[in-house]
Amino acid sequence: MNNGKKYQQDLLEGILSADENISLMEVCGTHTMAIAKSGLRQILPPHIKLLSGPGCPVCVTSQGDIDAIIELVQNEDIILVTFGDMMRVPGTRSSLQEERSQGSDVRVAYSPLDALRIARENPQKEVIFLGIGFETTTPAVGLTVQQAREEGVKNFSVFSVHKMVPPALELIFSDPEIQVDGLICPGHVSAVIGVEPYEILAQKYNRPCVITGFETLDILEGIYMLIKQKQKRQARAEIQYRRVVKPEGNPVAREVIARFFEAVPARWRGLGVIPDSGLKLRDEYADLDARKKFNITEMEEVPIKGCACGEVLMGKIMPAECPLFGRGCTPLQPVGPCMVSHEGSCAAYYRFTPAKGRS
Amino acid sequence: MCLGVPGKIIDLKENYMAVVDVNGNQTEISIRLTPEAELGQYVLIHAGFAMEVVDETIALETMQYLEEMLQYE
Repeated sequence: MNNGKKYQQDLLEGILSADENISLMEVCGTHTMAIAKSGLRQILPPHIKLLSGPGCPVCVTSQGDIDAIIELVQNEDIILVTFGDMMRVPGTRSSLQEERSQGSDVRVAYSPLDALRIARENPQKEVIFLGIGFETTTPAVGLTVQQAREEGVKNFSVFSVHKMVPPALELIFSDPEIQVDGLICPGHVSAVIGVEPYEILAQKYNRPCVITGFETLDILEGIYMLIKQKQKRQARAEIQYRRVVKPEGNPVAREVIARFFEAVPARWRGLGVIPDSGLKLRDEYADLDARKKFNITEMEEVPIKGCACGEVLMGKIMPAECPLFGRGCTPLQPVGPCMVSHEGSCAAYYRFTPAKGRS
Repeated sequence: MCLGVPGKIIDLKENYMAVVDVNGNQTEISIRLTPEAELGQYVLIHAGFAMEVVDETIALETMQYLEEMLQYE
C-alpha cells in the first residue's frame, strides 16, 4: 500500500471511530459531485451525516431572474452568452435551451471574454453576458467589464446574478431548523475570499469551518479535521486545501470585485432574499449593466409545483425525500434546478446512488 | 461551477494574456488576477482567467483527478 492509500485508510478509521452525532454540510457543487462519486455517504455510519447546501450557483438562481432572462432573449436584436450549466434550467414557462430551439440567439461560452469577442464580431447586435457564479467567477466578469470599457465596446453588457457565499452560510448557521455542526467550505471560492470570513462565522456561531479540496483524500481530511475540532469543543476556521488556498485569499481578485460590484440584497432559490448577498455593477458602469440598459424589473417568483429544491438547498431534506425525486424529476427530464445542473445535489445523488437506494 | 483546471504557462503575451497548455490543448487566458505568474509555472484556470499559481506536482495530480471526474460526466 502506498503512502496516500495508507493515509486515506488512517483518516477513514479516524472518522469511523467518532462516536458523537455530527452533521457536516458542504457548500460547493464540486464537493457535491466529489462526495457522491466517492461513495463516502454510503460507508459512513448514520450518526455522521453529510449534507449538501446552497453551493451550486445555477441551483440558487431565482426563478424570477431566469424568467427575466428568458424574456430578454425574445428580442431578436439580442445575443445572450452564458455558461453551459444555465441552458437547461427551467423558468416558469421555458428554458434557454428551449428558447434557442425556437430561434433565440443563445450561446454557450467558457469565459466572459468570449462574450466580449462575440460583441466585437456582431456590432449590429446587443450582446449580454449572463454573469452567474460565486466569488470565484465574479472577478473574471469584472475584468471583462473593464476591458469592454477600455475598448469602448458599446453593444456589450452584463446581466449579473452573481452572489456571495458567506451571507448564505450565515443564514444556514442562524436557522434553528437546520442542524449543521460544521462546514466543509468551498475550495476555489476560498482561494479568492481567504480564511477570514469563515473565522468570523466560526467564532460567532461556535461551529468549525474547514476549507477543503476536491479529491477523496482532501474530503476525508477535511471531515477528519472537523470531527477533531468538535471532539475538542473547538470552533475555528482551518485550511485543509493549503496547496491552493492562501490564508489571505487572492487580494487582487477581491479588489476587482469591490471595484466593479456592490453588495445588494439578492433572492436565492429556496433561501429567500438575503441582505448584501448579491452583486450588482456599480453605477459608474451602468452603461454595461444589462438590467439598467434593458430596464429589467424584478419578476414575480412562481414556485414549481411539488419541487422541494428549496428544502434540499438548505439541507432540510435529502434529495430522495423530495416527492418528485426519481419519479417526475430525473436528470433526463428535470423539474427543479438541483436536478438540472450536473453539480446539483439531486443530480449528483441520482447519478451515483444505485436505483434501489434512491427511494 | 467553480471548477479550476491547472495549465502550464507556455507563452506570455501583451496585456496580461498568456498561452497555457492544459492536457495538450493550448488556449489563451488572462493572468490579470495573478500578475506574479511566470513562464513555465502552473496556474489554476477558471472561466478564462488564472486564479492562483500552483505547484507543479500538485497540478499534475489534479489533472489526473479531473480526468477521472470527467469519465463520469
